Amino acid sequence: MHELPVTESLLDISLKHAQKANATQIKDIYLVIGQLASIIDDSVEFYWEIVSKGTIAENAKLHFRRIPTEFLCLDCNHKYNPPDNDFLCPKCNSAHIKIIKGREFYIEAIDIETEELAKKHNT
Amino acid sequence: MSEKIEIVEKILNKNDQLALKNYNIFDEAGILSINLMASPGAGKTSLIEITIKNLIDNYHIAVVDGDIATNIDAERAAAVGATAVQINTGGGCHLDAKMLSDVIPDINLQEHDLLIIENVGNLICPASFPLGTDKSILIASIPEGDDKPYKYPPMYTGVDVLIINKIDLLPYIPFDMDYFIRGVEILNPGIKTFPVSCITLEGIDNWLDWLSKEVNKKRTSRSDR
Repeated sequence: MHELPVTESLLDISLKHAQKANATQIKDIYLVIGQLASIIDDSVEFYWEIVSKGTIAENAKLHFRRIPTEFLCLDCNHKYNPPDNDFLCPKCNSAHIKIIKGREFYIEAIDIETEELAKKHNT
Repeated sequence: MSEKIEIVEKILNKNDQLALKNYNIFDEAGILSINLMASPGAGKTSLIEITIKNLIDNYHIAVVDGDIATNIDAERAAAVGATAVQINTGGGCHLDAKMLSDVIPDINLQEHDLLIIENVGNLICPASFPLGTDKSILIASIPEGDDKPYKYPPMYTGVDVLIINKIDLLPYIPFDMDYFIRGVEILNPGIKTFPVSCITLEGIDNWLDWLSKEVNKKRTSRSDR
């Protein structure tokens, strides 16, 4: 739903780090997205083509690492991936739960090309 | 040949940074700001109307209304005595910190005690874009069904207060309150909850009492300076 501003932010962050490293091109971007972050890969890809055009990130490949939702039961310490329609601990039926995974939404790393690397490669 | 650089940077940082700026502006002015979120038709504007009608004698209230189009909601807020500013997102599904900071200069914050921001009706996107308000408040309503916490966990996780509206419809609609509350409690343990009806006004006093206390707290911090 809100993938356009998200994709713009993704581009800004990638360019900022690429410039710091004197990159001439960004080749890959590695994203980590939790299941609870409500971001659709296809939609990000769609906007990516448009927003990255004319930048050093044009044609960079986006890699999505999805993190499934994981709950920790605070009563019996059982860790589980909750089904869609109930969140209760499947072992002890407790509602005393902590969300430990699923909210992630960040850029993990980028792969860049620099003049130096290109030179090294040519010699 | 290429080089991999580790980044680990949150993607929505830009919005969050701007939200912090908004927060500091509101805090400096000593105005209590609340971000009201809900699905379309949950009763955001109705609750705002009732809130203004009941508190306008004691407080100066400003309302920022976020909508895809029209000024209907801002007009409803203005009709009951609030300073109202409309943001039309032109199709955008949520307000973000930038849109809010753009209209802050239109409101004399020093002259107001309470700023109510009515977000775009949507249970998904507003959760990802904090605005920098003191409180994030979600209005759920009985006709939406008891499964909403399970279907929209990010929204239920990120709020400080939950208002359950249209409780006057409970006798007519299959709504398992225990199942609903269980989902809420798991996602947001101990969240402050106000079951209300904007029609019968049941429970509204509890909401107004709580809100007035919060506004007073903020006003005291202003007069301390």
